[in-house]
Amino acid sequence: MRIAIVCAAALGVASMAASAQDNDAGRDLAASCAMCHGTNGRGAVGYEPLAGMTKQELVRKFTEFRSGAKPATVMHQISKGYSDPQVQLIAEYFAAQKR
Amino acid sequence: MNRTFDRRDFLKLGGAAAALAAAGCATTPQTKARVVVIGGGFGGATAAKYIRLWDPAIEVVLVERANLFTSCPISNLVLGGSKTMEDIRHSYDGLRKYGVQVVFDEALAVDAAKRSVKLERGGELSYDRLIVAPGIDFMYDQIAGYDAAMKTGRVLHAWKAGAQTIGLKKQLTQMKDGGVYVLSVPLAPYRCPPGPYERACQVASYFKKAKPRSKVLILDANPDVTSKGPLFKKAWAELYKGMIEFRGNAKAIGVDPKTNTVKLEVEDVKGDVLNVVPPQRAGDIAVKAGLITANNRWCGVDWRTLESTAVKGVHVLGDATLSAPLMPKSGSMANQHAKICASSVVALLNGRSPNPQPKIANTCYSYVSDDEAIHVASVHTWNDKDKTLTTVPGSGGVSAARNALEGAYAWAWATNIWQDMLG
Repeated sequence: MRIAIVCAAALGVASMAASAQDNDAGRDLAASCAMCHGTNGRGAVGYEPLAGMTKQELVRKFTEFRSGAKPATVMHQISKGYSDPQVQLIAEYFAAQKR
Repeated sequence: MNRTFDRRDFLKLGGAAAALAAAGCATTPQTKARVVVIGGGFGGATAAKYIRLWDPAIEVVLVERANLFTSCPISNLVLGGSKTMEDIRHSYDGLRKYGVQVVFDEALAVDAAKRSVKLERGGELSYDRLIVAPGIDFMYDQIAGYDAAMKTGRVLHAWKAGAQTIGLKKQLTQMKDGGVYVLSVPLAPYRCPPGPYERACQVASYFKKAKPRSKVLILDANPDVTSKGPLFKKAWAELYKGMIEFRGNAKAIGVDPKTNTVKLEVEDVKGDVLNVVPPQRAGDIAVKAGLITANNRWCGVDWRTLESTAVKGVHVLGDATLSAPLMPKSGSMANQHAKICASSVVALLNGRSPNPQPKIANTCYSYVSDDEAIHVASVHTWNDKDKTLTTVPGSGGVSAARNALEGAYAWAWATNIWQDMLG
């Protein structure tokens, strides 16, 4: 019983650490966007605000830039540098930010 | 490595601590570590803000010599006349709301063994991690007669925005119609690869309106235009026909302000305004701190953390770094370096491993007229095989053609990146 509790606690810590790392991965990727789109995707002028947009919409727009379906001046070139899992992480991060 | 800031440390800090206390920002008991940042440009200011944003329990002290930030990006538009010095100057006050302690002082020396920075006026400042973001300084001795000519004000670089931007604008204003503005470009790598060619456009734009018989002569040490070449050449031919002359492989080796001459290896070239940009290296404090690792000029870093390859516990950002392949020395890049660095510093001071796969992006805009711009963009990712950041195949590129939409985006980019670093 004691062993089981210790194991569960250890697993809990491990999964918390993994989740902190995953959150950081999304946060770190999204931080690149801030120089144009504003810190945490808020407060920028002239660029689309990303904070609080739904994950689905963020992923759709990003992938449309990447495929060329959505016209762009720069984003068609930047978006080609990111994989699908990375797009998901970025979208999750901005979707969780307050507008 | 992590330690609390105790009373003994406080006393040891002396003047710097007193200055911080006087500024209403004495350390709090919750502080888990102190990061000192030297240099409040695109790299340093961004790193300072993001460390506080991502872990408010880390104390951050930003040491900057100027009490206002002056942006190099957009400074060419001051020469062109569509923007003013007020447009490119910004206060550091916005950083205080993130709890960044801004100290206006000069960092004189770094003692990596003692983990302390010696300030000109504020005594010594101890740190758990140090971030050095000094930008560039100039290798004046590479151009005979430069130092003396610059001190008389006859030859300027204006490659750090500020007093020399104002000085160069004044010289252009005073130049007679029909005069020749000479812009000398050093061999790459230098700060802002497209910067000289944007400047040529902006000066020509001013001449077109105010002094239409005048000429721009670019003496480039490089064989050809080093960034966005076809786009710049098209703008020169179409917007400033007959006004801009480009000479490649034309390296300046001397200047003579008495005869208004730039000396090249094979000939002397006369001009009315001499804007000679000397070769560059990492800023002086990087040299003093022993951070230079390459060609006596640049600071090698581990691109996963921006930690110096020469001195442990010290990170280097921005133009001062030995650039990764195809990475420009730009304000955008420095902002992005800062975010990798902030993430790794926060992780390390919390006993976690840094992000093993950093990825960053760059966009550099150049104005070819008052309202039209072009860009170059790239995405850089950690490459385990090459142990550096390399560009993602198939990503990035340049504008299809100059256009006013990107002119509007370029100004918005500047406004937003200033906000991202300072506000």
